Amino acid sequence: MSTFTKTRENAGEDTSQHQLKTVTGAEAVILSLIEEGVDTVFGYPGGAIMPVYDALYDYRDKINHILVRHEQGATHAAQGYSRANNRTGVCIATSGPGATNLVTGIADAQIDSTPMVCITGQVPSHLLGTDAFQETDVISMTMAVTKANFQITRAEEVPEVMAKAFYIANTGRPGPVVVDICKDAENGTLEFEYKHCKNIRSYIPVPETDSAMLDEAVKLINEAKKPFILAGHGILISEAEQEFLEFVEKSGIPVGCTLQGLSCIPTNHPLYKGMLGMHGNYGPNIKTNECDVLIAIGMRFDDRVTGNVNKYAKQAKVIHIEIDKAEINKNVHAHVPLLGDAKAVIQQLTPRIEKKTYPDWLAEFEVCEKEEFEKVIKTDINPESDMIHMGEVVNMISKMTEGKAIIVADVGQHQMAAARYYDYLEHDSWISSGGLGTMGFALPAAFGAKLAKPEREVVAIIGDGAFQMTLQELGCLSQHDVRVKVVILNNHFLGMVRQWQQLFFDRRYSFTELTNPDFVKIAEGFGVSGQQVMERKELEDSLKKMLDFQGPYLLDIRVEKEANIFPMVPAGAGISEILLEPAQ
Amino acid sequence: MEKLYTISIFTENEPGLLHRITTVFTRRHVNLESFTASQTKVESIYRFTIVVRMSYEKVIKIVKQLDKIIGVFNAFLHQEEDVVHQEVALYKLPTSTLVNGKIEEIMRENGGRILSVEPDFLVIEKTGKHNETQDFLEKLQPYGVLEFARSGLVAVMKRNYSLEKYIRKDPEEQVEAEATA
Repeated sequence: MSTFTKTRENAGEDTSQHQLKTVTGAEAVILSLIEEGVDTVFGYPGGAIMPVYDALYDYRDKINHILVRHEQGATHAAQGYSRANNRTGVCIATSGPGATNLVTGIADAQIDSTPMVCITGQVPSHLLGTDAFQETDVISMTMAVTKANFQITRAEEVPEVMAKAFYIANTGRPGPVVVDICKDAENGTLEFEYKHCKNIRSYIPVPETDSAMLDEAVKLINEAKKPFILAGHGILISEAEQEFLEFVEKSGIPVGCTLQGLSCIPTNHPLYKGMLGMHGNYGPNIKTNECDVLIAIGMRFDDRVTGNVNKYAKQAKVIHIEIDKAEINKNVHAHVPLLGDAKAVIQQLTPRIEKKTYPDWLAEFEVCEKEEFEKVIKTDINPESDMIHMGEVVNMISKMTEGKAIIVADVGQHQMAAARYYDYLEHDSWISSGGLGTMGFALPAAFGAKLAKPEREVVAIIGDGAFQMTLQELGCLSQHDVRVKVVILNNHFLGMVRQWQQLFFDRRYSFTELTNPDFVKIAEGFGVSGQQVMERKELEDSLKKMLDFQGPYLLDIRVEKEANIFPMVPAGAGISEILLEPAQ
Repeated sequence: MEKLYTISIFTENEPGLLHRITTVFTRRHVNLESFTASQTKVESIYRFTIVVRMSYEKVIKIVKQLDKIIGVFNAFLHQEEDVVHQEVALYKLPTSTLVNGKIEEIMRENGGRILSVEPDFLVIEKTGKHNETQDFLEKLQPYGVLEFARSGLVAVMKRNYSLEKYIRKDPEEQVEAEATA
């Protein structure tokens, strides 16, 4: 378990020089990035952001700029970068269409609490509101999907706004911040002085933990007979993996992870019982509705986790450890809300809880595990059919990489297979679009992750539908030799939608079948090597070849066309109504 | 059960904040009954007073989302009895209605006053609760109201509220200040 401790690079220290230098607003943007310790940015130039790109040219030795092929790719790459190393991802785009193309990624970062600063060019301030060329009101447009946003109309504002943007993005519950800079502010001049932001008078990043509530939580935990922990993304954001592990091992309480909480505890840990939610494991869902105390840490009771909230954990006392006050009682009533940063709260709880074990309670999970293995897992990883299954591919990748790779999954059936069948033995190893479910996320997010953690194997697991939403980013992999391994689980269908059509729409496959191009040829066209895998006997060798290959690589694996992901909680059902096979 | 709630929001005076506040309502498909904004006793801090009709379960979540906005110091949810509040209404009528003296009588009885008299029209002002300004309107309608406008609700809280308490100091500066005190 020694790999499970965290070493993270510190973001830039206060290095501002005392001799003030007169610079343009554009150069001030770049200097601010350097002050914030940014070494990699993802972007796409255009008219209104050209002064910033011109300034960047002089700082190529300090900032590695990756030219994406579409601005959406820049946001996902910045997200992947951020999720892999907990630093703020940065992307740059021009005004108008450049800025609007960022919106999907910004919304994704907002709902998945990913720190990101997006810098957008804007028309000169005297043209604001005149429908000038490439003008869009990016501030209004991103208001609903950002943690904060700012428009700069004068060069002097640059350092202060940039400092605020980075402070807001990566404190408290992280999120995306948009900084929109008018072209005249980029061209104007200022005396550059950078002060890191340490406080905003109307912003409380981390709320105080109520000590009476702590007492209450300790009492509930110590008196519990059948407690259960729901571990969320907040544990990873707060870098609390070690503290969490100590808490789990001392308390002896079984753990279920949310989709975004995956890899916050090694999946081979005896107290790890699987994933929660719609396509999660059988035991964690069933037992949520049988436990007496539910300890939710850094998670927000998303509807994909709770199913029908009116049938969710009604028997349990809920302890909710959460940094965002607005999440308390939003979806599920918390009997004991514990506000604060996950790490700090866990550190206060662990010394006060009794060392316990729950052999009978754990045995109940085992019964569920056996049933799920017999009915689902066995055939998913060792299918009897001729066609390859998604689960067996993921399982094989897991074995070959010894559970140490970063898995970047797109959205759909393959995502659930990747979540279920990879053994996550190191933290920060699962990167996917959870809240927004953005198809096209994985390829750019994977190269962002690889740039953040070049020493780690990064495997992107993508469906054939999702791949075609951002496949142009293969160009980045080859231009910058980013050694991401791309696995397309190709069933010639929009698989998850087809599954729903099969189960809930009477097999009316309305526009979900795809006639796909030759993905290997496409990869070759971009200068990325690849191979097609049609049969099971080729699978192992091909995966090995892919992992050994010195460079980016793409595998197009043909999988069973009409396979389904089970278990499944049907929409509107309670989580204990989870199905292991299609309902009769 | 749906009822009227008043929300007070104390904010920075920054462009875009109004939009960010209304977004919280819009995304939940909530219509605002009334809305006012003004400076507070502190020059740089503004207050919004919003009235909505909805259930407690929904409105409390909205208030938490408002409270979370960077630029918002505080958002409070009030019941009717928690605040002292008023609205102001203006009524424009033809000047000829003054002739028979009835209007003056209704005005006196309802606490209205004449703001302006022009050759063609006069403007009456009344400050009061929503139902009072509404009653007054109904009484004036038979005399041919030409135009009517009512402000949103303005309210002050009955509870003690120290705005200064909610302005977050730089934690480091605060420690220094305490150390030197």
